Amino acid sequence: MKALSKVYNFLIFAFLYAPILVMIVYSFNADKSRTQFGGFSLRWYTELFHDQVILKSLYISLALALLSALIATIIGTIASVGIHAMRGAPRRAYLAVNNIPVTNPDIVTAISMMILFVFFVTKLNGMEMGFGTLLISHITFNIPYVVLSVLPKLRGLNSNIYEAAQDLGCPPVPAFLKVVIPQISQGIVTGFIMAFTLSLDDFVISYFNSGSTAQTLPVTIYSMTKRPYSPKINALSTLLFLAVMALLLIVNFRRSGDQKKEVHS
Amino acid sequence: MHRKSLSRVAINAPYTVWMAIFVLVPIALVVYYAFTDAAGRFTLQNVASIVDYSHTFFTSLELALISTAICLVLAYPLAYAISRMHVKRQSTMIMLVMLPMWMNFLIRTYAWMTILEGNGLINRAVRALGGEGFHMINTNGAVVLGMVYNFLPYMILPIYTVLTKIEQSTIEAAQDLGANRVNIFRRVLLPMSVPGVISGITMVFVPAVSTFVISKLLGGGKTFLIGDIIENYFLGNTGTVDYNIGAALSLVLMILILISMAIMNHFDKDASAGGIM
Amino acid sequence: MKNNRLIDLQNISIALGGEQILKDLNLYINDKEFITLLGPSGCGKTTTLRIIAGFLAPDTGKVIFDGQDVTDVPPHKRQVNTIFQRYALFPHLNVYENIAFGLRIQKVKEPQIRDTVAEMLALVNLKGFETRNIHSLSGGQQQRVAIARALAVQPRVLLLDEPLGALDLKLRKDMQVELKNIQQRLGITFVYVTHDQEEALSMSDTIVVMDSGEIQQIGTPIDIYNEPKNAFVADFIGESNILDGVMREDFAAEFAGHRFECLDKGFAKNEPVDIVIRPEDVDVVPLERGMIRGNVTSVTFKGVHFEIIVDVDGFKWMIQTTDYVAPDSNIGMFIEPDAIHVMKKSKYSGLYGDYSTFSDEIEMLSDVTYEKEDDGDAS
Repeated sequence: MKALSKVYNFLIFAFLYAPILVMIVYSFNADKSRTQFGGFSLRWYTELFHDQVILKSLYISLALALLSALIATIIGTIASVGIHAMRGAPRRAYLAVNNIPVTNPDIVTAISMMILFVFFVTKLNGMEMGFGTLLISHITFNIPYVVLSVLPKLRGLNSNIYEAAQDLGCPPVPAFLKVVIPQISQGIVTGFIMAFTLSLDDFVISYFNSGSTAQTLPVTIYSMTKRPYSPKINALSTLLFLAVMALLLIVNFRRSGDQKKEVHS
Repeated sequence: MHRKSLSRVAINAPYTVWMAIFVLVPIALVVYYAFTDAAGRFTLQNVASIVDYSHTFFTSLELALISTAICLVLAYPLAYAISRMHVKRQSTMIMLVMLPMWMNFLIRTYAWMTILEGNGLINRAVRALGGEGFHMINTNGAVVLGMVYNFLPYMILPIYTVLTKIEQSTIEAAQDLGANRVNIFRRVLLPMSVPGVISGITMVFVPAVSTFVISKLLGGGKTFLIGDIIENYFLGNTGTVDYNIGAALSLVLMILILISMAIMNHFDKDASAGGIM
Repeated sequence: MKNNRLIDLQNISIALGGEQILKDLNLYINDKEFITLLGPSGCGKTTTLRIIAGFLAPDTGKVIFDGQDVTDVPPHKRQVNTIFQRYALFPHLNVYENIAFGLRIQKVKEPQIRDTVAEMLALVNLKGFETRNIHSLSGGQQQRVAIARALAVQPRVLLLDEPLGALDLKLRKDMQVELKNIQQRLGITFVYVTHDQEEALSMSDTIVVMDSGEIQQIGTPIDIYNEPKNAFVADFIGESNILDGVMREDFAAEFAGHRFECLDKGFAKNEPVDIVIRPEDVDVVPLERGMIRGNVTSVTFKGVHFEIIVDVDGFKWMIQTTDYVAPDSNIGMFIEPDAIHVMKKSKYSGLYGDYSTFSDEIEMLSDVTYEKEDDGDAS
């Protein structure tokens, strides 16, 4: 039974990692073949770093993720405080609206925003699809995740500490910044990281709302998959995989470090 | 009192305005477009034309359900095995499950093209062993495979989460009262893990039923899903742009998913225990 | 005479996580007996229980149940049932379904299940709780459900793993009485694990005192209290003054600089021994009548009696007396021959000192904190 379970686990992980492994191997392929391995080479990595389209879309993706996560975190955190104070029907209504972008399929969110933008572009003639519309759409689907990670922290917060700060002579806003924010900082950071990665990872919403001037990395990758095969994608994927792995290892390492600290104190 | 409510409004203002403009208004616009024609007149034509796409809806539902079922069957034993491991090993295994999730799903799907192609790795291996090649890419099977591969971790994680919360002593108590492996699974593990199974099903089914990328890359234009149709009507890659029909299809898709989730939640209530991840 | 051994543990040894938990343990349990495994955390009592239940298989040795070797029989096929430390109720089932669980596995007919569940609920005083959710119950009520659930399948033996540890003191006392009543009414065997010596003394027919994987003593509560086999048992059960002594001859022991008459015999001449004297067995007498004399260093009022610490040539005695003595006064101490208990020297000799570091506060703290037994938790 134990052996069987081990074999099973191994097969599932093999299934999960085989395609990634294939990509990594072929990213070092000297041939421009999808299947024939013609020796080790770094030429696709060199080409990758000379591909202006990819580099530009990487830059846009990072800027977009950072900016949208930042703005979403600010709006979402403030909103969480407001929602936390609500009771009854208003609270349920806010949470329901908050859940719409989370539960709706990406494609529906994407086209609904596209309709909005097109509506404004045609009716008001004031704007164009581009970085602006991308930013707005990313902020919109990021805000709910920030709310969902900050709200539980507020629930676990002792409401007396805010009052205690005021009791000790601190005005409301500084009291909030000095006392409440540090208590919920973990939720805020989680929300920010979530928003950042979701934005970086998003394809569907960007695809419908990017226009031609600003394309994110996933959108660029998508257009590459439709053109004749280029192992550059493999090289790019390998680098992304390594980046993600490094990030996860760092996070995990830090977390276990934190736990050790807690045990010692 | 008055000032307090005023400050509360001020706190909520940015969020309220933002969500109203960028969540509620767009949804309203979808409804508006779904029930109007190009000239803005009210019509039921768009919604009625859904009938023409019933076949596509059916295919989407079918493939998504098959993928969800396969994910469930594959994920449950693994999630259970991980949940019974030593704590340190558990976090390593969960990291391994999550790692591919962090790769963009375009890349993950693309990787399968290399493997499944007529001249891909599998066929080359088969031919090297003296067999005939298979036709794998551009089939419904390839699309299902792509869905399972992409969404499997979304099934493993929530099930794992509820299973870890089941204490070993609860399982021992069942054993103690005479339950064998089958009974333990049927009467304890399965009912207690219902919330996780349900969120897993939702997390796999929703993206699977609405995808258009997987069918494009692995179905090669032969498998048409509802997502593909919607994409076409909005971006017009292979046909005419028609926001009205596109909006109507999206509306139906949205309602379809809402209904499925309502059914799911009903199951969840029966299983009383709360706390989904 | 009819052989009524129900469970027989023969030469049981087990190591968990590289640590030897039980060392060649031999123990038999009689039918309809209330037997308690008593010892500090880590002594192997929970492991012993889990071996009887079948959750652990011993590395060596045999488990005999009703004349049959059940060492390799899985838990679900054994006629024993367990009350777990934190009850392990099924959170997805209500009270009724929890109790019915084992019966449903046995495919008992529905009317029969209904009757049994009703009977069990009456037994544990939970009538009317059928449809209640487990989470809505108090600790004491959950405890009762756990008992009802285990008894519903009519086990020959009920294993209880520190079942009252999570309850507060008052509730614990009530449940002790109730458990004992249930055991007597149903006439089944209870194997009870605890680290609480008071609990063990008040409930058990037989107590098994364990330490570091070995049985130190088996006996009735009275035997264990009055005739502890070694310094560990004497110290673990109740308060005791444990002194170094020498057995001069039969019925004569010398300790604390005085030769006492006692009831023990059979030791070698001049054999070094451990002497146990319980605090309540020392009479406080005027100085001139005392066999030994000491200086009172502390007096604590305990309600029924005073607890005083007396310094006798540097050794601090604890004495319980109903007469008030002033602190710092000198008193005489008188000890009857039957109050003196002589023990052979053991590996525990000298480990348990006098009461020089004794403090009420520490005693109270250790009373309240419930130590989780973790010697058997490796899974």
